[in-house]
Amino acid sequence: MDYTPTQSGFRQRKLQPNMRQRNSSADGLEGSQLFEDTSGAAHGLQTGNQQAGPQAAGFTGQSILSDPMSNLAMAYGSSLASQGREMVDKNLDRFIPISKMKYYFAVDTVYVGKKLGLLVFPYMHENWEVRYQQDTPVAPRFDVNAPDLYIPAMGFITYVLVAGLALGTQNRFSPELLGVQASSAFVWLIMEVLAVLLSLYLVTANTDLTTIDLLAFSGYKYVGMIIGVVAGLLFGRPAYYLSLLWCCAAIFVFMIRTLRLKLLSDAAAEGRLVRGTRNQLRMYLTMSIAAAQPIFMYWLTYHLIR
Amino acid sequence: MAFTLYSLIQAAILCVNAVAVLHEERFLSKIGWGVDQSVGGFGDEPGVKVQLMNLVRSVRTVMRVPLIAVNAVCIVLLLLFG
Repeated sequence: MDYTPTQSGFRQRKLQPNMRQRNSSADGLEGSQLFEDTSGAAHGLQTGNQQAGPQAAGFTGQSILSDPMSNLAMAYGSSLASQGREMVDKNLDRFIPISKMKYYFAVDTVYVGKKLGLLVFPYMHENWEVRYQQDTPVAPRFDVNAPDLYIPAMGFITYVLVAGLALGTQNRFSPELLGVQASSAFVWLIMEVLAVLLSLYLVTANTDLTTIDLLAFSGYKYVGMIIGVVAGLLFGRPAYYLSLLWCCAAIFVFMIRTLRLKLLSDAAAEGRLVRGTRNQLRMYLTMSIAAAQPIFMYWLTYHLIR
Repeated sequence: MAFTLYSLIQAAILCVNAVAVLHEERFLSKIGWGVDQSVGGFGDEPGVKVQLMNLVRSVRTVMRVPLIAVNAVCIVLLLLFG
């Protein structure tokens, strides 16, 4: 069987267990083969770990299993690996809250479709409130208004790839430029989130907006940028400007309607005019956050369409 | 527009340095931003200026010692790698 190591990482992980099982069941009696017959041990190991353990055992030949000492060593090694992974998980959870992040990736196809439609055409949507379920917001899968990190993450990666494509059509492409584009966009994103956090602190807005929420909201503009750049690549500069204008207006309205409910007090959010410098400041803050999005969208894409 | 993460870190270090060199009695009190002038209203509305003064004061208190180490590292890196 042909084991081609040039497949991408994801498919490799999917195909390898299948190939190994097929290999071991078909060539169980041959002496010289690529993978040894670890079907008994392989099933038990594969259900638990990744394929690092059985792969190492497979490559070193058939004699390793017949020796009880190395059997013991392999069992000890796999237990060490699982202990190490537990420790890494525990320590990683202190810096990056993995359990909290899982909430933002709990999406499904229907949600993604509806949210993308909302990002491009938010004018008909009536109810922008996030539904709560006993003090915790409902997962994005069940409420289209909840912020998620899937669309921003995918949008960012797609933006980097589309930027590389656009630079390639202008004969300005080199592989390092992909990294430069990615880090530039990432730096602008971080600066925008930090600026919003600082301004939220200064106007003492008591909201339940977390940092990750702000990251999600700032990442929604990548969808509009991608649409603009793709339209510009396909149909030329006028199409780029038109689609960018449409997406800028859409994201402006989207941000205002979403942030209005979270930042302003209840009365002001419903549209009634509430006097007082605090509400005025908050209104200005909402406006400026929403207005910064089109500026960033233009700034990050204009050099791609010449 | 070729930003890297390292240039962002450098910009952040420079900003924090700028906040750290604002002296309390020689400068901030003279322009009315000292800590004795920030105990204003006891309502729930501190206001932007009071928040800013509190931010400056807390940055100076917290970052004074770590900035020594961070600046030393940054200087060494700049000398070595330009």
